[in-house]
Amino acid sequence: MTDRLSARFAACAAANRAALVTFVTAGDPDLETSARVLRALVKGGADIVELGMPFTDPMADGPAIQAGNIRALGHHMKLRELLEMVRVYRLEDNDTPIILMGYFNPVLSYGPERFAADAAAAGLDGTIIVDLPPEEDAELAPYLQASGLHMVRLATPTTDAVRLPKVLGGASGFVYYVAVAGITGTASAATTDIAAAVARLKAKTKLPIAVGFGIKTPDDASAVARHADGVVVGSAIVSLIGAAAEARANDLPEQVEAFVRSLSTAVHGARKEAAQ
Amino acid sequence: MVAASLRSGPDANGHFGAFGGRYVAETLMPLILELETAYRAAQADPAFAAQFDDLMKHYVGRPSPLYYAPRFTEELGGAKIYFKRDELNHTGAHKINNCIGQILLAIRMGKTRIIAETGAGQHGVATATVAARFGLPCVIYMGARDIARQAPNVFRMKLLGAEVRAVESGSKTLKDAMNDALRDWVANVHDTFYIIGTAAGPHPYPELVRDFQSVIGKEAREQILEAEGRLPDLLCAAIGGGSNAIGLFHPFLDDESVRIIGVEAAGHGLQTDAHAASLAGGRPGVLHGNKTLLLQDDDGQITEAHSISAGLDYPGIGPEHAWLHSIGRVEYQSATDQEALDAFQMLCRTEGIIPALEPAHALAALRRIAPTMAKDQVIIANLCGRGDKDIFTVAEALGFGL
Repeated sequence: MTDRLSARFAACAAANRAALVTFVTAGDPDLETSARVLRALVKGGADIVELGMPFTDPMADGPAIQAGNIRALGHHMKLRELLEMVRVYRLEDNDTPIILMGYFNPVLSYGPERFAADAAAAGLDGTIIVDLPPEEDAELAPYLQASGLHMVRLATPTTDAVRLPKVLGGASGFVYYVAVAGITGTASAATTDIAAAVARLKAKTKLPIAVGFGIKTPDDASAVARHADGVVVGSAIVSLIGAAAEARANDLPEQVEAFVRSLSTAVHGARKEAAQ
Repeated sequence: MVAASLRSGPDANGHFGAFGGRYVAETLMPLILELETAYRAAQADPAFAAQFDDLMKHYVGRPSPLYYAPRFTEELGGAKIYFKRDELNHTGAHKINNCIGQILLAIRMGKTRIIAETGAGQHGVATATVAARFGLPCVIYMGARDIARQAPNVFRMKLLGAEVRAVESGSKTLKDAMNDALRDWVANVHDTFYIIGTAAGPHPYPELVRDFQSVIGKEAREQILEAEGRLPDLLCAAIGGGSNAIGLFHPFLDDESVRIIGVEAAGHGLQTDAHAASLAGGRPGVLHGNKTLLLQDDDGQITEAHSISAGLDYPGIGPEHAWLHSIGRVEYQSATDQEALDAFQMLCRTEGIIPALEPAHALAALRRIAPTMAKDQVIIANLCGRGDKDIFTVAEALGFGL
């Protein structure tokens, strides 16, 4: 089986650029529009897509993504619908890596073994389960591995040197560095702190490092793209979706595409700009 | 495999059988581990216990009495009923026991800011109380819906110097307040201590809350031996998250002759979808840092709980109860809103005690059980809170205009 995630990071590295990783909540604002948003992300230049599985109690998320969860759950978005959305999308794009991001309970309720098998069959590439630290992930990790799915782990400013090996131990695909101790969509970290953190992680792992939390604008994204292998933008896109949905805009996917293009242009050009 | 003692849990990773654990975001993991280290050090330090005991005696007013209730007993016509009078504590409920323990831990850890969640406001008041006593700033998260129905407690918290933040997300009740408290904590890990109000959350919270609340059961054990010369035949307590119940039950878990019953809130009835009985109507799941039994739909989305008692209005339960339920050591029953209201009135009338609606659920179960027991048998029920906070709710339910 080809590994879309490794291939994509390798291609970005070969082009000496960071990967743009975009997050949206699946089913936001509704299932049909969300499928169009998924296409818009890739058309706008996203290298990797994180699809959020909605949950009633998104404890690590700020107001923007909480609202996205509520919009999606308002239409009774389900895990099997997310998988179906990926399966259909794979008919037209078999290259862009798609990672499921979310909380453990919907996966646990679906059944971890069945989830891993169905996710791989649908064409997902891995998971980021926010509330499943290394200490508890034995309930899911073996099934993901058996199905060839990556288990992306999170490292944070509070992950100290003693704990880091444990976090990196079972990690695969990439390491998601949470730049800010806090929830999604809040303050930004200083670029110098991010550069230092990425260097610290790089000394301990060969996996690519993607940085997220607090990256809202093309300028933010460009600054991080000089240091990290991947730049994650979530809340800013979800906020845009929320505003467009509220305004009942017919061009919601086009608005997403235009914003993502501004991000991808910034991310993909960041190192050349820095070199000049 | 059967453990030699039922009191030795949790294991090193915070599991009680298949329940418990530490399901938190990575940002919080180092903090949770630091808390555990600090708690182990406190447990080994006689000065910590001495400070806790001193505050329990002089500030909280412990030991609380174990009171034989003659008229309540007589009216039911069965076993002798004793009440553990934790409603006589400072702040009017058992919640203060835990808050004293946790704020002493916070101070040991050098934390300078306190946060907490609250449903009915009892834990919020207890937390605001200890924060005032130790001079630490305090933020209480409370669902907007609960703020509307618990105005007196909101005012108490403010008088005590706490900032009460309304939570507008989700169902705007206790579980959402807990989400927002966790969001605050993750953003302020360097200086903030989160005082969780019940025996739930990520390890080591269920263990340390239980330990601090076990003062209830330890006292009751000594007191009943003194009063009756023997252990009770039955213990009974209401269960929301389950901290008052585990506090009473835990010191008796290895006494096989003691039957133990926890009482969940059945709201409008277990056959409806408006109840808070996560043991009777829940499935295993992960929420708020622990695996336990949760009210949830087929997709693993958490559903809203209902109880006339805001303190029992939570879709989960502490993991140790989920485990005690799974091994059958503790029997779990339920009582509806109406049964709790009836028992509430009966206690007022027979003993001159206005209970909180939470323990009224335990009293409702006693009305069924006590008459089936012999007159020389002995029951201890936990009267974990007083009813002042509930008079508006009860008046409304009884159609009495205030």
